[in-house]
Formats: sequence, structure tokens, C-alpha cells
Amino acid sequence: MTSKHVDIDTMSRAPLGGESRRSFAALERVAATARWLSISTVAASQAGHVGGPLSAMDLITALYFDQMRIDPAEPDRIERDRFVLSKGHSSIALYSVMALRGYFDVLELATFDKIDSRLQGHPDRTRLPGLDASSGSLGQGLSFGMGLALGARMAGRDSHTWVMLGDGEIQEGMVWEAVHVAARYRLANLTAIVDHNGLQQYGWEPDGNDRGDRGDPWRGIDLGAVFRSFGWRVIEIDGHDFPQILAAYELARGANQTRPTVILASTIKGKGISYAEHQHAWHNGIASQEQLDRARVDLGLDDIGEM
Amino acid sequence: MTSLRVAWADTLVADARRNERIVLLDADLATSTKGDTFAAALPGQFMQMGIAEQNMVAAAAGLSDHGFIPWMSSFAVFFTHRALDPIRMLVAQTRANVKIAAGYSGVLTGLTGKTHQDVQDLAIMRAMPGMVVLSPGDAMECAQMVRWANEYDGPVYLRLARDAAPALPAAAAFHVGAVSRLVEGGTVVLVSTGVQSVRTVEAAALVTASTGVTPRVVHVPTIKPLDEESLCAQLAGVDLVVVVEEHSVIGGLGGLVSEVLCSRAPSPRVVRLGLQDHWGESAPNADLLDKYGLSPAALAQSIASYLNIDGANNG
Repeated sequence: MTSKHVDIDTMSRAPLGGESRRSFAALERVAATARWLSISTVAASQAGHVGGPLSAMDLITALYFDQMRIDPAEPDRIERDRFVLSKGHSSIALYSVMALRGYFDVLELATFDKIDSRLQGHPDRTRLPGLDASSGSLGQGLSFGMGLALGARMAGRDSHTWVMLGDGEIQEGMVWEAVHVAARYRLANLTAIVDHNGLQQYGWEPDGNDRGDRGDPWRGIDLGAVFRSFGWRVIEIDGHDFPQILAAYELARGANQTRPTVILASTIKGKGISYAEHQHAWHNGIASQEQLDRARVDLGLDDIGEM
Repeated sequence: MTSLRVAWADTLVADARRNERIVLLDADLATSTKGDTFAAALPGQFMQMGIAEQNMVAAAAGLSDHGFIPWMSSFAVFFTHRALDPIRMLVAQTRANVKIAAGYSGVLTGLTGKTHQDVQDLAIMRAMPGMVVLSPGDAMECAQMVRWANEYDGPVYLRLARDAAPALPAAAAFHVGAVSRLVEGGTVVLVSTGVQSVRTVEAAALVTASTGVTPRVVHVPTIKPLDEESLCAQLAGVDLVVVVEEHSVIGGLGGLVSEVLCSRAPSPRVVRLGLQDHWGESAPNADLLDKYGLSPAALAQSIASYLNIDGANNG
């Protein structure tokens, strides 16, 4: 595997606090490549999740390649923005994006889930520099992010904390403890992103009106109204539309805020790979060679050959 | 006689005055835990987290990432049972610099009953890699532990008790891992921890008065990391080890001592006294201690019964 097919090196790097931006087309290309790295790595390791990483990929790509004030060469710099992948089972999405962003060599993805790997099945911040949070047991990331945001403010640091949650994950009660307290502390430097792909591992009975092949976890519930009533600012977007994602992130970081922000991102589980989209069975799965070939075509990467 | 909770709060305030990175998070039990002392003295370093212990634990881990030294205060049982998962994943597994002030441990919890008593916390917390587990015997030792914890970079569980605690006789200065001998004695040794150690010393005096046998009494302030050689040196040459704890006999200090001794030969007989695999209840302290065999008189009686069994060895 190599990253030479992605025009990363010629794209301007966003320095910590820098203003450089990449084109939407370039972001699309990064995300497609990261999707390929994810499904092919999971297939090679014979273990891992697929649907959730693919639904979250555009949102994570936009953070690491556009919005976050980070420097892969100095991953522990204390003023950096923080990213908490609360839905830790989507780790391969984060690893793929981090590798493309220069935190480590793309070749290291081959160690995913292998003995002594820095790329654990669920993120382990003690192993991999640049990972801001350990996660995996669901429902804890927003609370951890709330502490990060509170700490940054108390220390006088201009560091924004971004927390990605799954729509199934927010069934955990602890999430709502954090929702309550974050608003009470007016943590404007905290943004939650809900990857609302409408499916969870097995989930709920469908009723014929669902986007996926199982019931949406929040069918009939106005999540925006719920967050708003807790005192959060709510932004609802299409989680696969880069112009909308980038605009939402700018708004979330914006000055003169007194509230935390939640971005409710409507996404597609398995996004980008035809046979996986909206299929709960691809929550995790091992793609066959035929399916991998198909994925490369679906992602528009058939020009890059075997990786 | 100062209670451990008061010693904890007063020492923490003193340290936090000198170090503004020390902060305290409360899950709305500050008037019980004495966290309110800290809140009144240093309001800018105190954060109310509401009745939501899991969130508090995770937030503390986040605060530590920005260089703070967060202490959390609640009842032991709400840490070790309710908030165990964030303690596991976000504190112990990441070795976050977070300190847990676990109040109201054991059964003497002010007429609250089994819902609020924690008689498994030592078993649970010492099974967690990377966690330091401290169980002070009196206010002075508690204060030393608080100061030590503020210097130590990593997670610490501090087991506190609610009520006024008499001073340990002749306790050595706290040194993490080391055990200390409270009473010199012969071929039977009593091993205890926390505020139970003083009651065990009192029991030893009763045993001596009634049987003529003078048990040695050893206090174990560090449950983890235990200096096993320090413990074994104190147990050398005895035939009978009686472990006494205000805790379940499963997995706590009794379990710890048994684990250490069973891999060494020859090993003395180990008897574990404490809550015999049952829950507590709400009642006045004296009644609880009598019922669960932890009062000096009840202890002396059971210790004497073991001496009779082993009389040939202990006469």
C-alpha cells in the first residue's frame, strides 16, 4: 500500500491555526481513498467494522484535512484541537485519515488489530501519538470531551474539542449527563457531531419508512429539539456534503458563542460502497476479493490499481 | 479524633492553595464528603458536576489532559459500582492523573444501609492494572497520602471512612507499598487496613488479657502496589495469620494476603474476617460492628477461638 496515488503531498498543509483550505474535490478524493484503506484493511485483518467508518469518513476527513488546528509533526502540542472518536469501533476510519494526513505511514495500516500494533481494534491513546482519546465502550466520549473543553478554557487555551458520536451510541445514558453539564458550563469550545446513519449493529424493527434496512434508532424523535431544549446550538447537515460540513464546522468554532454545538449529520451507513450502503449487516464484515474490486470501482479509485 | 473525610478535605485545600492545578469535582455530595470545605475555600478550583458520577469521572480524565490534577469526591460505592467503566477505560487504561476520594467506604456510613455501603471496593479496584489503591488508618496517614497523591502522576483510589477515627498507635510514616507493625507480638499476627486497624489493635489487647497470647498487629495502608517483601517480613515466623477488614472477605485484604502467602512455602494458616459474602444494613455503628464481627470484643472472641484450635502452636 502507498499513498502516492493521493495528491496529499502537493496539497497545502494547514498549519496550526492556519487558514489554508483544500478544494472540495481534493477532500472527496481523500475520503474515497480513506474508505478504500478502511475496507481493504479490515478485509486483510479479517476483523473490524465497515458501515460506521464509511458513514463517518467525510466528517472525519473534513476535520483532519480542513478544520482542526493540528500538526502531525507535533501530535502532543497542548494547544492543538482535540478529536474524540466516541464511537471507537469506527477506529479504522480515523486511522485511515490519520495515515493520509501524515501521522504515520499508510503501510502501518497493515498492522491493524495485530499483536503489538499501535492500531488497536478500538483507539488506545497510550499507543499511538495523535490519538486524543481512548474509546470503545460506548457513551463516554462526550463526557471526556467535556472535560477537555473545560480544561482548555480554564487553562486559557484556544483549543476546540470535537467529539464524534454514533446515533446508536447516544442511547447510552452517560451521553445525556454530558449534554446537561456541558450546556451548564457554557462550553462554546465543544462540538459534538452525531453520525446519524440510521442503523446500529442489529437495531430495531423497520416500519417501512426507514432509510436503512432496519429501524432508525431515533425514528419519531426530534433529536434537534432534544438538544436545543438542553441549551445546545443545533446544526443539521448532510454528512456527505463537504460544503455543508465545512460551513457547519466554521459555525461551530465561531466566536461569541456561549453554548456548545451539536452537528446532527445525516449520513449513510456503508457510504460509497454500493453493496454496503444502508445495510445493517455491513456494520462489520469482511469483503471478498470480488467485493474489494467492486469497492474500488464504486469509490472511483479503479485507476489506482492494487494497493 | 479527626475523621478521614475531614483530614482529606483540609489537606487538599492546603495543597490546592499552593497549586492551582489541583481541582475538585463533586457529584453533589459535598456536604457529606466535606468537599464543601474545598468549595468554600477555593471556589475557582471547585466544579459541581451534578448527580452524574460517570460523567464526572470522564470529565476528570479530560481535565487531566490539560495539566490539571482533578480530584473527585463521592461515596465509594458510586465510584466502584456506578462509574466503574469510565474509571476502567478513561482513567486506569490511560493512566490518567486523576484522584478518587472514595468516601463512606465500608459499612459505617451513617445509617444509610446496603445501598450506600461499599464492601467490595478494594476487591474491584485492586484488580485494575495501573491503579494505586490506598486505605488510610487515621487522619494523619490520610493527610500524608493526599500529599503523596498530589505529587504522584497517575490514578489513585483513596478509601475514606465517614466517622471520627482514633489515631493509629505507633504507625510508621506513610511510604507507598510498605506495611507497618502497630503491635509487637508472638506467633499469631493480625493484619488489617483502614480504620479497622485501630479496632484490631484494641481486639489484640483483649485477646492478650483473656488468653495470655500477644498477637502481633500489622497495618496495610497500601493495597496496591503492595511491597510483598515488606508484608512477608512482618509475617515471618508466625503460625496463624488473621486478616481483618471492614470489607467483604472475598478479594480484599484477605484475598491479597492469601495470594501473597500461597505462593510461598512454608505458609501459615490464613483466616479472613470481614463481611462473609453478604450485604450490610442500616444500623448504629456499634451494632453493625458487633453483627459483622468487627468490634474489638467480637473480634477478640473469634481470634481466641482460632487460638484454641491452634492452641498447641500458640501457647
